[in-house]
Amino acid sequence: MTALAIKGGHVLDPAAGIDGLKDILLKDGHVAEIAGPGKLKQANGAKVLDATGLTVAPGLVDIHVHLREPGQGYKETIATGTAAAAAGGFTSVAAMPNTKPVNDSPEITRWMQAAERGASVRVFPIAAATRGSKGEAINDYAALKAAGAVAVSDDGLPILKDGTMREALAAAARVGLCVIQHAEDTRMTAGGSMNAGPVAFRLGLRGMTAEAETSLVERDIRLVNELREARPHLHVAHTSTAGAMSAVRQARRNGLRVTCEVAPHHFLLTDEHVGLYNTNAKMCPPLRAAADRDAMIEAILDGVVDAIATDHAPHAVHEKEVEFENAPNGITGLETALGLSLRWLHKEWKMPIGRVLSLLSAQPAALLGLKGRGTLAMGSFADVVIFDPKAEWIYRARETKSKSRNTPFDGWTMQGRVRWTISEGRVVYSNPA
Amino acid sequence: MLRRTPSMNPTPAARRAIHPPPGPTSLFPYLPGSLLSAGDLSLEEISHILSRATFLENEDPLKRDRILLKRKIALLFYESSTRTRTSFELAAKALGADTTLVSSLSSSIEKGESLKDTGLTLRALGAEAIILRHNSSGAPWLLEAETRLPVVNAGDGMHEHPTQALLDLRTILTHLRPGVTTVDGETLAGVTVTIVGDIMHSRVARSNMMLLPRLGAHVILCGQRELLPEVAGQAGPGITLERNFDAALHQSQVVMMLRIQGERLAGLQLDLEEYKANYQLTGPRLAAHAPKAVVMHPGPIIRGMEVTAGVADGVQSVILEQVKNGVAIRMAVVERALTVGGAA
Repeated sequence: MTALAIKGGHVLDPAAGIDGLKDILLKDGHVAEIAGPGKLKQANGAKVLDATGLTVAPGLVDIHVHLREPGQGYKETIATGTAAAAAGGFTSVAAMPNTKPVNDSPEITRWMQAAERGASVRVFPIAAATRGSKGEAINDYAALKAAGAVAVSDDGLPILKDGTMREALAAAARVGLCVIQHAEDTRMTAGGSMNAGPVAFRLGLRGMTAEAETSLVERDIRLVNELREARPHLHVAHTSTAGAMSAVRQARRNGLRVTCEVAPHHFLLTDEHVGLYNTNAKMCPPLRAAADRDAMIEAILDGVVDAIATDHAPHAVHEKEVEFENAPNGITGLETALGLSLRWLHKEWKMPIGRVLSLLSAQPAALLGLKGRGTLAMGSFADVVIFDPKAEWIYRARETKSKSRNTPFDGWTMQGRVRWTISEGRVVYSNPA
Repeated sequence: MLRRTPSMNPTPAARRAIHPPPGPTSLFPYLPGSLLSAGDLSLEEISHILSRATFLENEDPLKRDRILLKRKIALLFYESSTRTRTSFELAAKALGADTTLVSSLSSSIEKGESLKDTGLTLRALGAEAIILRHNSSGAPWLLEAETRLPVVNAGDGMHEHPTQALLDLRTILTHLRPGVTTVDGETLAGVTVTIVGDIMHSRVARSNMMLLPRLGAHVILCGQRELLPEVAGQAGPGITLERNFDAALHQSQVVMMLRIQGERLAGLQLDLEEYKANYQLTGPRLAAHAPKAVVMHPGPIIRGMEVTAGVADGVQSVILEQVKNGVAIRMAVVERALTVGGAA
């Protein structure tokens, strides 16, 4: 593998505490050298990327994506999903197990990571917490972890039964995995297609209450507390209600190992954005009330949130061109997360850019224990995103690398244009100015 | 939300003066002939529809049927209907148009054809406008966006039924404001309209809530919690909730009764005897609390459930007038669909 020298850029690596003009040498898939401008010692013969005026940061880490393989290649494949990831600056993605069949076995877990899948960036499978994600029998977590699974979850579905969830938390703790819960008490949301409230009433759509999310997060935290001797790790996926967030805040004050992620659409949009039945604004959990959205912004700024995760959920055009109630849940997100986070969290709400990047790389990597990811420290994986932090641009869904284009952010202004994405030393995306 | 409630214990986000992204700007490409929501109509358009309804109703049938002579209108019905379907059909034919009815049973919809493809097929067959009744809220927006034909919403799920609201308005005006043909924001000032019963599942209620307050009416929603959630009171200005039927009746010049929509209850169990005790409109109740009120019902009526037979057939009932007004209003709406904007 040839060496690659990134010269002239501003290196920003919150995990390693680097914030300044540096040159970086990538060799054999790892970070080989970091030095002041023009001071690299081992860069002879290396290919050079001129990053003058650009920010050089650890490749982004998305711990919540749906790559749809195996089974639903018409929506997305591991190749196209990771191409979209690369375009968005992501070099690591954790893929949820709601594939067809469900990824509840070491075989599928390994299949997803095989070179034949043609992934542009590293795929970390999250295995199903229960057999077939049916919420009943616990899978063999040790075997799944040995095959490469980085967490367990029945995402898309909740683990409703107290006994099953308790067992999952305990079993995952024994092998050092976290349980990622899609917190939705489906007994309370049947028939719902958007957030319950005045907007749903006006549109004549059945609602999914905030309570259905909040109550399950509270239940899960109660179980984590009961099991606290075993130090289970609960991760709350796509947190969207003020109540759930406040439960997470309290759990952490109480010293419990409870982490959470928020998706860009949940800190930017409200149920008003459903507009006139826009199926690209339909996902689960749904866009919530303004007070919930504000609570997400708040928790991000306060440092309660551990990660920004996209819940990238591609669906084919024909699946979304239907009656709102009949449309599947989910929106794409890999290409818009960085641009929206910089545009709003950093530019508008004054969050330091290093903290924004940390939520998109170092913290999610640490959360799932992805060693050598989310940082550019010496010896780390050569996962790098190089972007123009000042560039504003308009996102066009039709230009996506994903197979699908179901996004509510078509036409939105983004900040921070990705110029290169490098995965383990290979340039997997380039878009020079 | 943040900026509107600074006095009410502002969240830290509000104290930090965080300004979130703006709400959606409606980019929906309405065709001027479409009628999707009662809320879309300006007061001028409402006046125009009302006056055309009167004109067309009184017009010589031999002249009237040249207005849309041989124009093609499709009626696409995913739900059963007596009044709405028949009156739209009679209205279109009275103007000389050719109509074709496609219903979900006995068409390729049964074979799984999507709304988009059904709409495109009707357009390819020459339909110039589509009148749609659908069991999913919002379906008319999808149909209009995909076909770019004028679409008239003849009832979508639990959402709206705008022509019903217009014919209800015509009925109300006949009784409370006789002779009025042009409406403004004060036309129904001082008029209280109570809508009673299964508001949650009613598109008739939502369309009337969108329409009547804009003419100055006060709308009271009345019913039990399961059928009338608190959030209904936030649906718009001029709307209040009253759980006590007698108290609501007492203030009302108009009372609109609604059927309990068994097909949309989605597992909700109701105690029907209790419902009748609290919300059935009976002769004695009407005589005691609203002896002069106009009694309306969009139909179908379930006699002995929401209204007694005596009330349905009584002197205060205008239920069949509503049906008759349906044809006049729908003539005006169908004419509008094919003649305003570029559709002529």
